[in-house]
Amino acid sequence: MTARLFPHPLLSLVLVVVWLGLVNKVTPGNVLLGAILGVAVPILTSPYWPNRPRISSPLRAVEYALVVLWDIIVANVQVALIILFKPNARIHSHWITVPLELTSAEAITVLAGTITMTPGTVSVTFSADIHSILVHCLHTDDPDTVRANIKGRYEGRLKEIFE
Amino acid sequence: MASLSDILISFFLVVAGVFGLVGSFGLVKLKDTMQRIHAPTKATTLGVGGVLIASMLYFTLVKGSFSFHELLISLFLFITAPITANFIAKTHLTKHVPEEDLPESEQTYGWAVYNDPPE
Repeated sequence: MTARLFPHPLLSLVLVVVWLGLVNKVTPGNVLLGAILGVAVPILTSPYWPNRPRISSPLRAVEYALVVLWDIIVANVQVALIILFKPNARIHSHWITVPLELTSAEAITVLAGTITMTPGTVSVTFSADIHSILVHCLHTDDPDTVRANIKGRYEGRLKEIFE
Repeated sequence: MASLSDILISFFLVVAGVFGLVGSFGLVKLKDTMQRIHAPTKATTLGVGGVLIASMLYFTLVKGSFSFHELLISLFLFITAPITANFIAKTHLTKHVPEEDLPESEQTYGWAVYNDPPE
């Protein structure tokens, strides 16, 4: 019964919180409306997410979010420094192929988003069978380190969270 | 009178302004499309982030009411910015970059922009 009513408890919770955030005021009426949305939306949209993975360790997910947040700040400073102080001729951009060990679409989406938001890299496309991801790096003299960093720092953590 | 909260809020506004400016300058300065994508996806995140932090501090410290909107804006920004960058990059690949210029995918299939997915 509970599973029927809440096919996706985390989504329900997120919807309620986002709804309360949007109206910016916590009143019983708003909580009720948020709760209705939190029940209705997951039920209506459940056909669109078959085989979604379980998040096995929420604590790891929080750790991941903090790591990424910190990396975003570092990335901002690094890219700003490159833009301001590196002459264009000395910016060495690289295409980097990163083979993937992740299999679930959700985990790969998070990884692609993370790569784009963090130090000097943008995820561009996948190999047609989704076993590799193509990354563009703004400036590096050592593409292998960048690849190892992506795999070790982000992919390893995501693997623990999603699989 | 400049109080501590005023100084804190101004600090974040100035940081935001600097990063926003650098990000926009990067768009002009860098030399090709792929490099230019880096400027708005990174430098501008902190630019917008700084304004949002300043706004939250203002409402919390000066107005005495907490505001959730800024958290939601940053959440939406983190979700949408990579997708925009990805779309621009893919379009650029299709239009201007021949497949030979890219590294091998190291898999059975080539890059999805040029190759159909397996059935």
